[in-house]
Amino acid sequence: MNLKNRNFVSINDFTREEQLYILSLAQEFEKQPVRNILESRVVATLFFEPSTRTRLSFESAVSHLGGKIIGFSDASSSSISKGETLKDTIKIVSNYCDLIVMRHYLEGAARYASEISVVPIINAGDGANQHPTQTMLDMYSIYKTQGTLENLKILMVGDLKYGRTVHSLLMAMSQFKTTFFFVSPRELMMPEEYKLHLQKLNLSYYEHTDLNEFINEADIIYMTRVQKERFSDPLEYEKTKNVYILRSEMLKNTKPNMRILHPLPRVNEIDVEVDEHEKAYYFAQAQNGLYVRQAIIASVLGVI
Amino acid sequence: MSSCHLGKDKTQLQVNAIQEGTVIDHIPPQNLFKVISILNLQKIETQVTFGTNFDSKRMGKKALIKIEGVFFKQEEINKIALVAPSAKLNIIKNYEVIQKLPVSLPDKVSGIIKCYNPNCITNHEKVTTQFYVLENQPVMLKCHFCEKVMTEEHFVFI
Repeated sequence: MNLKNRNFVSINDFTREEQLYILSLAQEFEKQPVRNILESRVVATLFFEPSTRTRLSFESAVSHLGGKIIGFSDASSSSISKGETLKDTIKIVSNYCDLIVMRHYLEGAARYASEISVVPIINAGDGANQHPTQTMLDMYSIYKTQGTLENLKILMVGDLKYGRTVHSLLMAMSQFKTTFFFVSPRELMMPEEYKLHLQKLNLSYYEHTDLNEFINEADIIYMTRVQKERFSDPLEYEKTKNVYILRSEMLKNTKPNMRILHPLPRVNEIDVEVDEHEKAYYFAQAQNGLYVRQAIIASVLGVI
Repeated sequence: MSSCHLGKDKTQLQVNAIQEGTVIDHIPPQNLFKVISILNLQKIETQVTFGTNFDSKRMGKKALIKIEGVFFKQEEINKIALVAPSAKLNIIKNYEVIQKLPVSLPDKVSGIIKCYNPNCITNHEKVTTQFYVLENQPVMLKCHFCEKVMTEEHFVFI
């Protein structure tokens, strides 16, 4: 399969087979993450919005493969602060590098950049829209812990209305006959368009406001942060803020194969006690990001 | 406009009164002015007549526009499918209707409406908007850039 020069803007641009191919490459990179395949290649990391975790993961992926990195970690240190358009920045930078990894606060920025740039674009997050490498690392973590992507039961918890990671993961996993459980406060329920998508595919989904409801049936618990600013009524937030916290005692009757994922950063939605539990997988999940990003970088640069 | 609504015969007469041009029929009355704006009829120099709230068996009430001496290209007229999906075009030559055409929504809509998402790149840089048509009735569009889906109540025409 050849993904050379492809842009990695949205998870929806890739077929199921292409996604599986990237996951199989990630497995190879996990076995051997240090390789000199990007020698004399330059990767630009343009972070118009700061995201230290994601940037370091990409930069670590490139460094382990022997590539060079240019870029900025914050728009205030670039000419954006002088009023330069995204179009001009991308036009200029794409002359200096072989690949652009970008994060932007506006939705659609990565798609627009991919239509201007002469080198491939990897979207490291465009506002509330897409963060496709996160979706791929979530899928890789699910595959690694469950040994399959087919017929799994995924429990999604927290902010299901605005959370881009849950939306993208839902779209991706809906290709694999997944059953979904949605647990959230009423104000932050899964939007209709995603439920419609599942209905069209004849996939089952169940909704509840109580975290204990489906916990013992799930193969994967995907936790997300419930943010105060998402609530129109501050009282509603106060009422719910401690309801969606995963604690060790709640895991007692969960399935043996069950693993807990979280896109991180976590605030208090997973009790720190859970970190030591055998079913906690979120730190390993973050590490998987390195291999998945290596797989994506290497395939769009055509060096594998 | 009231003169267009004197009775069935009178309406008929008004429609037939075009020698050559286009009659756009079956426009939802609430979207008449949107259609005028989308087709830029305010800048046309030939005779334009429009009427609204005529009785219609199919729609209850309807609006229509008659444009003297103008024939639209299909892609131009398809733009109005966003607000008048049931509209019909009557092509008039020599006072006769020589062709009746439905409007049809294209698969992709470019540069006609704004994306309703304030955080979409198209609302911050000079980018031509593009939408994919997901559903025809009611119309649902997906922004090519920010991937947000919007329905008719959010349409703002450029």
